[in-house]
Amino acid sequence: MNNELLRTLATVVAVSAPLVYAGIGETLTEKAGVINLSLDGSILLSAMGAFATAYLTGSLFWGFVVAALIGAAVAALIAFASISLRQDQVAVGFVLTLLCADLSSFLGNPFVHKPGPAIPNMPIPILKDLPIVGPILFSQDLVVYGSFLLILLSWLWTFKTQPGLRLQGIGERPEAAFARGTNVNRLRFFYTVLGGALVGIAGAAYSLDIKLGWSHNHTAGNGWIALAIVIFGGWHPLRVAFGAYLFGGLKALGSVMQRVAPGVPTQIFQAAPFALMIVALLLVSGNVLDRLLAYLPRRTRQRVTSLVRSSPPAALGKPFVEE
Amino acid sequence: MQIELRNIHKHFGPVRANDGISLRVQSGTIHGLLGENGAGKSTLMKILSGYLSLDSGQILVKGRPVSIQSPAQGIRHGIGMLHQDPLDFPAMRVLDNFLLGRGSRLRQHRARAKTELLQLADRFGFPMDPEEMLSTLSIGERQQLEILRLISLGAETLILDEPTTGISTPQKVQLFATLHRLAAEGRSVIFVSHKLEDAEELCHRVTVLRHGRVSGEIEAPFQSAQLVRLMFGQDLPPSERATIPTGQPVLQLDHVTLPGPRFSIPNISMTIRAGEVIGLAGIEGSGQRLFLHACVGLVRPSSGQILLDGQDMVGQSYHHLLKSGMAFLPANRLEEGLVEGLTLAEHCILTDRENMPFFVRWSEAREKARQKISEYNIQGTPDSPIESLSGGNQQRALLSLLPSHLRLLALEHPTRGLDVESARWVWDMLQQRRRQGTAIVFTSADLDEIRERSERIYVFSGGNLSGPVDATETSTTELGMMIGGKAYEIA
Repeated sequence: MNNELLRTLATVVAVSAPLVYAGIGETLTEKAGVINLSLDGSILLSAMGAFATAYLTGSLFWGFVVAALIGAAVAALIAFASISLRQDQVAVGFVLTLLCADLSSFLGNPFVHKPGPAIPNMPIPILKDLPIVGPILFSQDLVVYGSFLLILLSWLWTFKTQPGLRLQGIGERPEAAFARGTNVNRLRFFYTVLGGALVGIAGAAYSLDIKLGWSHNHTAGNGWIALAIVIFGGWHPLRVAFGAYLFGGLKALGSVMQRVAPGVPTQIFQAAPFALMIVALLLVSGNVLDRLLAYLPRRTRQRVTSLVRSSPPAALGKPFVEE
Repeated sequence: MQIELRNIHKHFGPVRANDGISLRVQSGTIHGLLGENGAGKSTLMKILSGYLSLDSGQILVKGRPVSIQSPAQGIRHGIGMLHQDPLDFPAMRVLDNFLLGRGSRLRQHRARAKTELLQLADRFGFPMDPEEMLSTLSIGERQQLEILRLISLGAETLILDEPTTGISTPQKVQLFATLHRLAAEGRSVIFVSHKLEDAEELCHRVTVLRHGRVSGEIEAPFQSAQLVRLMFGQDLPPSERATIPTGQPVLQLDHVTLPGPRFSIPNISMTIRAGEVIGLAGIEGSGQRLFLHACVGLVRPSSGQILLDGQDMVGQSYHHLLKSGMAFLPANRLEEGLVEGLTLAEHCILTDRENMPFFVRWSEAREKARQKISEYNIQGTPDSPIESLSGGNQQRALLSLLPSHLRLLALEHPTRGLDVESARWVWDMLQQRRRQGTAIVFTSADLDEIRERSERIYVFSGGNLSGPVDATETSTTELGMMIGGKAYEIA
């Protein structure tokens, strides 16, 4: 394989890492039945917070901690409003998106275009020398490795552990989970805050690693993409991760195409990933898939269907009230 | 396991759902809990299993007073409840459903749980594939899974809420065999139902609830007539009825089959004449609503013909039918009948179909509302929001908004939630309509109302339609029998 292709793929894996954090964080939250719509704003605010902290203290670690705390705090507001006050999650999320975005511009003003610290590259010995996967996966930095770990852990947690079953239960049918002795609202609060912290880390991953520095609306748009990727991924951690990489890949393809075909307006390549994402979404949820699946033997079909077919948690966005 | 409930009280707002209920269930028996809708059965069982908290009273398990604050505590005391609509997770696998809620340790122990589930399923003869998605299972199979789950969690008392609704006959036979077996093993079973037949076939002892109180307790063998009297009350002498001559057929149903979510009602043939009143009896959810919806064109029959004044009305739009003199008054007045947040005057504007100027004539609308207020004796003003009116006044408002000429009027629980005075007023209005030649079809949970107000009565029971019964000749007991699914024994 030629070096340029490997480099491009390595870049795709790296630039997709923040989307993986945000997408999986939101997946956990939505699995529990709560929609945190504030992603676009909270990623901005935590990216700003992370950069400011790292710039002032010189510590990357504290930058990430502050970002996670900001994301968790915004999520806690959503959890409080929707679980405790039973307000509309979409409305609260929207308002917080706008508020956080403006707040990031206001508070981040002194830090615009300042040079700051960056996460150093850290190739993993031995593994980095493996053919193909070495340069793509193992010549990255800690943030990217963390995203790999997160994909694996969130999948294991959701589907292979007892608490993971409860997580699925409170999002599918909270009254049935309650009947099985689950404190639904406390767990929902927990997963909302946990998901928010991961969204915060996504913000830090931008300003301290992937898109270094801080400027107004530094990461704007990526929160909405993360939200779309959760739907694309059918609320399944592995598929959500795949969605994040697919989007990263489409963007990379866009910049490659720009070089290959300089005559075409750049806007087309910038907009193409979004259009292709919609096409992909249609493919996984439309009749086309059903017709393809019909060719599989029955037993395999059931497995494949549950893998590719997606339906939102049945109680997504619905508050739960104990009788 | 012996269970005793002592003097249980529970009220929701002004409604006393449980008004001093005492009940004792012996171990190793199947105890029936009978009663019509709203008698307080489900409330009582939710209290026992921990879904609801009680206002006052005591629960004793094996002779010791216990406090059950949540379903989890209920199961710890050995009490498990199977809900009418199984409380499970259709989007997850059978095994996941079985596993969910078993301890809070990290590991799932899937293999061990799978073995246990298969062994249990085998013991009771339930076919069970642990890896199947629950959504592909029937209600009966989901019930079976819930029973196995509750038993494996150590339930010694099993509460089943209307378990025979929506399951097939073989599944019912199997369910009953299972329950007998559980009782023989020393567990106690509480069987909540409104179906006399099922209770008589299954139970060792039956407690009947009526209006939140125990109206009687009987040991097997049972006499249907006695159970019906306990469920529905004594027969009252029929009151005087107005004689209004009936005219031409208004609505004719010819071999109509209605598709429903749980069951379909096959092969209905019936003629409703001008000035006639047809009462529809049955436990809620037995098909009456579906039938009413079909009468006014809100549901399309899967086969058969419905004629309105000789014209085929199947497939006609509801608006067309409204114009042809059809009207429907739903039981959920605020949800389906009126528009919450709008005033009476605004309702007048909305319902006036002949006179629709582009700009609203407010003074005219208020004047019209004032007329209706005095004519229909509504307590309110043209500008009071509709939801601020009391239930009786909302019903008056709904009646006042009906067009002046009607061929057919379908009403769902026309006097539900109304005091005696308003209820009588509503029926006076309806009598006037009849004299003008309007045919009336209505449902009611009150058998006395049905007997007193209608000429012919049809009874719905789990999607089966029986009747017509002549209202002057029937008794509450007979209707109660038919509602309880015993129509064929009488006929």
